[in-house]
Order: sequence, then structure tokens, then C-alpha cells
Amino acid sequence: MNLKLKDIVPQLITVIAVVLIFGFFTYNAQINMENRGIDFGYGFLSQESSFDVQFSLIEYDGSHSYFRAYLVGLLNTILVSVIGIIIATILGVIVGVARLSPNYLINKFAAFYVEFFRNIPLLLQIFFWYFAALRALPLPQDAEAIFGVFFLTIKGLYVPAFIWQNFSIFFYSIVAAVIAIIVIRIYAKKVQENQGKQIPVFFISIGLIFILPLLSFLIGGVKLSFEVPVLKQLATTSFIYEGGVSLPPELIALTLSLSLYTATFIAECVRAGIQGVGKGQKEAAASIGLTPNQVLKLVIMPQALRIIIPPTTNQYLNLTKNSSLAAAIAYPDLVLVFAGTALMQTGKAIEIVSITMFTYLTLSISISILMNWYNKRIAIQEK
Amino acid sequence: MFKYLKQLTSLVAMVAVLFTFTTESMAAKKSKTLKNTQKKGFVRCGVSQGLPGFSNADAAGNWTGVDVDVCRAVAAAVLGDANKVKFTPLSAKERFTALTSGEIDILSRNTTWTLSRDADIGLTFVGVNFYDGQGFMVRKSSGITSTGQFKDGISACTNIGTTTELNMRDFFNSKGIKYEPVAFEKADEVVAAYDAGRCDTYTTDKSGLAAQRTKMKNPDEHIVLPETISKEPLGPVVRQGDSVWEDIVRWSLNTMIEAEEYGITSANADMMKTSDNPAIKRLVGAEGELGAAFGLDNDWSLRIIKQVGNYGESYKRNIADTGILPDRGPNQLWTKGGILYVPPAR
Repeated sequence: MNLKLKDIVPQLITVIAVVLIFGFFTYNAQINMENRGIDFGYGFLSQESSFDVQFSLIEYDGSHSYFRAYLVGLLNTILVSVIGIIIATILGVIVGVARLSPNYLINKFAAFYVEFFRNIPLLLQIFFWYFAALRALPLPQDAEAIFGVFFLTIKGLYVPAFIWQNFSIFFYSIVAAVIAIIVIRIYAKKVQENQGKQIPVFFISIGLIFILPLLSFLIGGVKLSFEVPVLKQLATTSFIYEGGVSLPPELIALTLSLSLYTATFIAECVRAGIQGVGKGQKEAAASIGLTPNQVLKLVIMPQALRIIIPPTTNQYLNLTKNSSLAAAIAYPDLVLVFAGTALMQTGKAIEIVSITMFTYLTLSISISILMNWYNKRIAIQEK
Repeated sequence: MFKYLKQLTSLVAMVAVLFTFTTESMAAKKSKTLKNTQKKGFVRCGVSQGLPGFSNADAAGNWTGVDVDVCRAVAAAVLGDANKVKFTPLSAKERFTALTSGEIDILSRNTTWTLSRDADIGLTFVGVNFYDGQGFMVRKSSGITSTGQFKDGISACTNIGTTTELNMRDFFNSKGIKYEPVAFEKADEVVAAYDAGRCDTYTTDKSGLAAQRTKMKNPDEHIVLPETISKEPLGPVVRQGDSVWEDIVRWSLNTMIEAEEYGITSANADMMKTSDNPAIKRLVGAEGELGAAFGLDNDWSLRIIKQVGNYGESYKRNIADTGILPDRGPNQLWTKGGILYVPPAR
């Protein structure tokens, strides 16, 4: 009984203290806002925003609501985070493996890349890629076509747009291919377990993912054409490209800087993971006759991943949060659109900042949960 | 020795208390901001992060500009020294929060007076120190000489968190032109991006365009188009709920404009005390008790004129002589064809 009380009292005091501190600040904020004639409320979310946004994944203009503007910003944040995470992972794995390469040049180059990019503040890198790289790019009228259809200019990257006919059939063909691959993999595993025979799943998979969509073109009536960007003159020296898809330079600069920066940290995680697996493991695997590929796939990687995943999760979280630096270079992310323009136009500082904080929290926790789930899946199954 | 020291201290303390009681007038008691300002010994003033002519710091950290002069006028009136101002550079996004949260007491940062700002967010506009309007800047080489030549697909660089963003949308929508807004958080980045060729046009208040043009790599390559697409009355802002402070800031600005109207300058202010015109005598503190209403002495307005100068002097020093906008346009006295017209100081 005595022991229990001793355990509970400090915890109780802590909880009360935290509640009191929060209560004090909330109360203070309320009083201050009342004194200064500021209303509190989320009603503004349904009002017309009356400002436009440069780049949006959903249909949006100033006649939509502030809530819609919030969604635009959120989706743009997610877009840059997802692309950034994918590129950073690929680059990070390559560089991490390269750092372990016995080849002197590759090894030193990877080391130089890591040390260079991770030791310069991210905001500076963003400014560098935006302003330095921007100035180096040609004006639309001077741009040389890349492969005849891509145009990289100071106003953005213009790529051809796909124009589909019967897109749904093409989509189903891909779904069918994916299902077929999963079935074959399960079957192949069974065959190997029962008969010891190996089916070349990898090549069959590649074949399927090409052949089925190809069939949809040949007999399914799917047609694909391209709309190539065309130069249009606005004034004597002012041009843009019309048609096709344009990626704003802000998006490109931001993705590039976020990926290059975060990839250095991921590379170090990967290196640590691979080096963390004992040398004996590799030698033992080789001694029972596994091919080098199988050694990597069946012995090294499963163990290395356990070391790699948790710190890499941190890097994914960092990248997502760092994407809020977008505001500096006019990429319309959540911070610029919602915690920037919308906050200014409505003056609802507390409401908007709290929504923005809560949104980042939700995003980060989602990534955490996903990565923890994956981590659990690859963890040692204790029996 | 120590005995005397103790007595001396208590004597000093008593005198100080007495002094506080006698000098603290009714107005100062009513105005928390005035009281705090006098206690701190400086006016806390929010300005821009660098807009030549309005609020701009030189290499030594000295602020100049017509917006800066409003804060200096208040400091001269309230504290007796126009240099007793602490300037806080703010972005367009931060400015209102800084004021409503009490970090600054005057926001003098080329801020447009609009209904929603005045009514909604705990702010009170005290007057107009610059009549402006939104315009467009383009490269001379583009051959564009009027907004009528804008075409679909034009990209426009601007700042976030300003009336500019809203006006721009209204303008392009009414003309039926599709445009690409590229909005930055800070003015320096807007200028850098436009200068690099990211945008076809740069839009903000015309005074801002004229001022930022001086920062470009090659100012002569750019022109400001003649059209004005909005009304932008710029002026100082204070927090809602302190009417004495509000009056002090309003009448510090009005004094500068009225002084110009009566021809009182920093050079001749002292001589004007013997003027025959009672309006002039009131402005230089030789007649009437105008300061008492704010809890200030009677020389408050004289100090403003002597230390900061009248509006015309401030305009000439900051905007005309620096080549930003030599022509005063609407910012001329009503007696000379402009629209500067302030209520009489009496």
C-alpha cells in the first residue's frame, strides 16, 4: 500500500502540473484575444479564399474555400515528400553500398558526396538549387529540346502529356499482371519447398508486367498519344510552352535539394546496416553453396534491414518536416498556402497554426506507423 | 557612512514615487501602451525587412524612410527624442501577429488599410501616410507597355500575405486572363526570382515597385506599367483597445502633414513661435494646451517638427531625393492638387 502511494503521487503531481500549465496558457490566450477583439473559431474554413495558387493537384482557384486551399497545400506537401522519399531512398541505397565498394574511386566519390551534402544547411541548398540553378537554365525561347519533347527552362520542366483512350482497360491489365505475379510467387515458393525446384520468378514477373499491358494495346483498343509542349509567344521577349505538363522549377528545386540532403543520411544508415551483419554470416552462407545473389538476398539483407529501418524512418520524418522550407522558394506547400497566405488573409493565427501543427503531426505519425509495421514484419520472429 | 546611505536611498525612493505620481497624468494612466513606452524609454516599432524610401536600414543599422519617420515622430512626442525607437523588421506574414501579441506598439510597414483588417483582427488604422496603388513591372525588352498586352500563361511574381495576391486575382479574372502566380514569403526572393527571368511580371504596390527596381541588377531594363489596379492607402496601425495611444500616433502623423501645410519646417519651427497665425502657434506649442489631452507636455508637436521635420521634408529626404518617386502624385497637400488632407489640430 505504502509503496503504491509512493509510485502514484509523483505521477499524479506531474499530470496535474502539466494540465495546469496548459490551462494557464489557454486561459491567458483567451483573455488576451478577448481584450484585443480577436474572435476564435474555425468558421473561416468554409469561406471563399479569393487567392490563387500556382500549382495544385486538385481543381482549385480563389472561388473555392479556405478548406480547399488547405487540401491543396497538404497534397503539395505530400507530393514533394513522397517523391523526395523515393528518390532519397534509391540514391541513399546506391551511395551506401558504393561507400563499401572496394573500388577506390567509387568509394571516395560516395564518401565525398555524403560529407559534402550533409554538412551544408538544407535551406542554403534549397536556395542554391533554386536561384543558382535557375539562373543557369535557359529562357523558354532558348531551350534546346531533350529527346525532341522535353524542355527544361527557367520557367519549369515541360514534358509531353499522355492522352489515353480506354485508359481503364490498360489499368485493369496492370492490376491483372500484379495479381498474376503474386500468385506465381506463392506457387514458386511452394514448389521450392516441396520439390526443391526453382522457378525463375523474376523473369516471369518482368515478362508479365510488359506483356499484359502490351496486349491491352494490341487487342484491348487502348490508344496512347502524346501532346508535345509548343512554344508560345506572350510578348517580344517573353515566351512559355503550352500543352503538355509543366513542372514548376520550385517543385524541381525543392525535390532535388530534399532528396540530395536526406540521401546522405540514408546512405549512412545503409552502410551501418550492411556493416552490422557479421562477416561470418556471409562466409557461412557461401560455404553452404548459396550464390552471391542469394547470399545478399537471403542472408545479409534480412539482417541488415533490421538495423537500417528504424534510423531510416527518422530520415523519412525529417524529409517530410523539412519540406516546409518550401515557403522560401514559393513552392505552394501547406506552410506557404495555409500557414502563410490563408493565415494572413484571415488573421486566424492560433486556429491555422494549430491545424497546421496537427496536420504535420498526423503525417509524421502515419509514416511512423507504416515503418513500424514494416519493421515488425522483418524483425526476428521469436518462437 | 552606511547609515546615511540607507537614509539617502529611501529619500531617493520617496522622491521617485512622488515624481511618478505627479507626472503620470490621467491619459497615461488610461493608456497602458503609453505608460509602458515611457517606462521602457523607447518606442517599439514594426517595419519592413527593407523597402527603400519607406523603411530601410543602411550598413550601420540606421533606419530611414517615411514609415520610419512616423515612429520617430511618436518617439519625439512621447519620449522627447526621435532616436529612441526600437525597430523590428517584419515580413508581411508576421506583422499583424507581432502587433496583436504586443511585441511591437506601432506597425508602420507600408500596410494597406482595408475594412477586414481594420474590423476583424484586433487592429486599428490611424491614418494614411502614403496613397499608393498596385501596379506591374515588366522587362523593357518584352515590348509590353500596358496591361492590355498581357496574354494567357503570363507568370507573375509577388509576395504572400498581402492585398496584392487578392488584387492580382481580381485583375486577371476580370480581364479573363489565365496566369501563374508565383508567391514568395520575402520580398528579396521575389526580386531575385523576377530578375532571374522566372516571371514575366512583378506586381506589388507601385511605390514598392519603384523602390525594388533600384535593387535590380540593371534597373534601366525594367519599367513600371502606367495602369494602377487598386487603391492602396498605406498607413500606421496600432492595437485595438488603447484609444489614447491610437490618438497619439494619429496626431503625430497629422502634425507632420499639418506642419507642411502651414510651412513649418525643422529649420524654422522655433521662429514660428512668434507667428501671427494662431494655428501655427498651436502647432509649435506656443498657444493652447493640445498635448494635455494625450498626457504629453505642450512641446510635443514642436519636437516632432524639429527632430523629424514636416511630411514634405520626410518625403523629399526619403522618396524624392533617392530617386524612387520624385513626383509626389496624390501624396501632395490638398492645397496643391494632392489628396493629403488632415483634420485641424486644435
